[in-house]
Amino acid sequence: MIEDLFSTTVLVGILASGIRLATPYLYAAIGETFGQRSGVLNLGVDGQMLLGAFAAFYVALTYQNLWLGILAAIIVGGLMGLAMAYVTVNLQAQQGISGIGFYLFGLGMSDLLFQKLLGTVETVRGFPSLYIPFLSDIPFLGDIFFRQNILVYLAYLLVPLAWFVMNKTTLGLKIRAVGENPEAADSLGVSVARVRYFSIILGGMLSGVAGASMSIALLNVFQQNMTSGLGFIAVALVYFGGWRPGGVLLGALLFSMVNALQLWIQVKGIQIPSDFAVMMPYVLTILVLVLAVQRVRPPSALTKPFERES
Amino acid sequence: MKTSAWMKISILFVLFTFLLAACATTPATPEVSEPETTDEPVVEEPFRVALIMPSAINDLAFSQSIYDALVKIQTEMGGESGFQFVYSENMFVVDDAAAAIRDYASQGYDLVIAHGSQYGSSLREIAPDFPEVSFAHGTTVDTFVDEGITNVFAYEAASDQGGYVNGVMAGLLTESNVVGVVGPIETGDAKLYIDGFKAGVMASNPEAQVNINYTGSFSDVALASEAANTHIGAGADILTGTAQMVVGAIGVAEERGVLWFGTQSSQTSLAPSIVVANQVYDWTVVLRDIISLIKEGTLGGKAYAITLANDGLVMDFNPQYTLPESVGQAAAEAIQGIESGSITTLP
Repeated sequence: MIEDLFSTTVLVGILASGIRLATPYLYAAIGETFGQRSGVLNLGVDGQMLLGAFAAFYVALTYQNLWLGILAAIIVGGLMGLAMAYVTVNLQAQQGISGIGFYLFGLGMSDLLFQKLLGTVETVRGFPSLYIPFLSDIPFLGDIFFRQNILVYLAYLLVPLAWFVMNKTTLGLKIRAVGENPEAADSLGVSVARVRYFSIILGGMLSGVAGASMSIALLNVFQQNMTSGLGFIAVALVYFGGWRPGGVLLGALLFSMVNALQLWIQVKGIQIPSDFAVMMPYVLTILVLVLAVQRVRPPSALTKPFERES
Repeated sequence: MKTSAWMKISILFVLFTFLLAACATTPATPEVSEPETTDEPVVEEPFRVALIMPSAINDLAFSQSIYDALVKIQTEMGGESGFQFVYSENMFVVDDAAAAIRDYASQGYDLVIAHGSQYGSSLREIAPDFPEVSFAHGTTVDTFVDEGITNVFAYEAASDQGGYVNGVMAGLLTESNVVGVVGPIETGDAKLYIDGFKAGVMASNPEAQVNINYTGSFSDVALASEAANTHIGAGADILTGTAQMVVGAIGVAEERGVLWFGTQSSQTSLAPSIVVANQVYDWTVVLRDIISLIKEGTLGGKAYAITLANDGLVMDFNPQYTLPESVGQAAAEAIQGIESGSITTLP
C-alpha cells in the first residue's frame, strides 16, 4: 500500500493542502517574529486570531464586503496588540503570563460576541480561488500553486517583505537593536518603547489577518475556538524558524506538509493507528527543532522588560 | 517603589482578563432559560435540571442535540412553571466541568446532566456525595451501579444505525465508487457512526471504497477542511463526518460540489444544496423516562440507548435535495430492517 502514496495525485494533493494549511501559520508567525525580535514574547496570538477571525467573519457577513472584513480583523488585532504593548512595555508585566491572559480574553470574547451577535454557525462566501490565465492551466503545478485564494498568495509574499523590512531597512535595524540590547539602542536615541509598540501592534494586526484567512478565505465559517491552539503552534514556529522569516516559512511548510501527508496516509488505508498519524507533524517538528536549530540564539532581550536608568 | 505598583496593576489587569474569559466560556452565574417568576401560587415545585456540555448549544452537533431535547421537554411539561433548566457550555476542561457538576448538585437540582463521556470519572467521585441528587451522563453505558452508586443514569446513541442508513444511500449515490469519512478521534459515538456508515455503504455497493481519516481532534476546523480536500483529491464524490469540526469539511464539500451526509444534529442549514440527509439525535425519549423515574423515587442505575426504533434517532432528509426514488426506497427499507432487527449495522 505504501507505493500508493507516490502517485502524482497524492503528491499534488499533499503540496496543495500543505500550502493552504500553512497560510494562517505564516501570518501569525511572521507577526510574532517582529514582536520577538523587538524583545516581546506574545503568547496571546491565538486569542488575537480568534477575535480577528470573528471580526472579519461578522463584518464580511453583515456588509458583504470581504476586504472590509480584512480591515476589521486588522483593526481588532491591532487593538489587541496595543493593549498587549501597554501591559508589557509600560506596565512591564511578565510577558508569558499576560500573553496567556490575552489569549483567554480573545477566546472568551470571540465566543461571547459569536453567541450574542450570530448565535449559530453560518457560512459566508469567502475569497474565491483565483484563476490565473495560463498559470492555473499548467498540469500539476497549476493545481498546486495557482488555484489558491488571494490571502494564500499574500501570506507567501509577506515572507520576503518581512525579510526585507527586518534586514534591509532602518526600521528593521532598530527592531533588532531593541531586541538585542535595548540599553545601547536607547543610548543611541532609539525609543525602545515606540519600537516595541510598533512591533507588537504589527504582530497583532497580522494575527488578526491570520484569523481572517481562516474565517473568510479558507474555511468560510466561524465557530467557537476554531483555531484550536493554532496560534501556539505559530509561536513555536518562530523559535523553529530561528527568528527569521525564511526559517518560519520552512517550519510552517514542514509542519503543514506532514499534516497533509498524514491525512493521505490514512485515506490510502496504510495500516498505522490514526493516533500515530495525527502525531506525525508534531513529533517531526520537535525532532527538527532539537536536532537542527540548536545553534540559533534567541534575541538577548526577549521577555525582558526595559526600564530606562535615570 | 514605582515598579511594584505597576506590577500590582498589571497583575490586576491580567486577573481581570482571566475573569472576563471565564465569564464568557463558563458562566459563573448560570444562564437560566427565561428567568421568569410566576405570580400564581405554585402548586407543584418545577422539575429542575442542570446541564454541563463540552461545546456550545449551537454547535450543530453533540451539545446542541441535548439542548434541543431539554427545550422540547420544557414545552411538554408546561414551560417554566413545570420545568426549569440551566446550563454551562464549552466545558472542555474536565476539571472545570467537575467543579460545575459539584456546584449544581449542591444547589439542589433534581437532575444534573454531564453531557460527555469524558466527565464519567468525575461523576463517579461526585455522585456518592449527593445521594439525593440524580445524575446522568453520556455517551456511555456505565451507570457505576456495580460499584454501589445508585444515582447515576447513563445514555448512549446507537449512531451506527443512522450511519448505516446514510451509508446505504451513499453507496447508491456515488458515481466514482469512492466515499470519504472525516472522523475526529477513534472513540465513542464517532467510531460507532463511522463503522455503521461503512457497513451501510458495503451493503448497498460492495464495489465502493470507503476512505476514512481521523483528525485527532473534535474542534480542528482547519484540519477537517483539509481532510475533506484530501478525500476529494482521492476521488470521493460523497463525504460524511462527525463532531463539531465538520463545519470546515461541509464548506469544502459545498465549494467542490460533493454530497454530504450529516449526523448528531441537522447540518442542512449550512449547505442546503449538498446535504442529502442527517441522522439527528433526539434525547427527549431518554430524558422523559429519566424524569418520570426520578419522580417515582428511582435516582439512577439505568442505561439507555437512543435508536431508530425508539425514535431517539431520527433520519432527517433535506427537502431541498431531490433524492432519487430508488435510493429513498432503499433508505426506508434499511430503517425498517434495523428497527425489526433483521439488519445488523455493525460488522
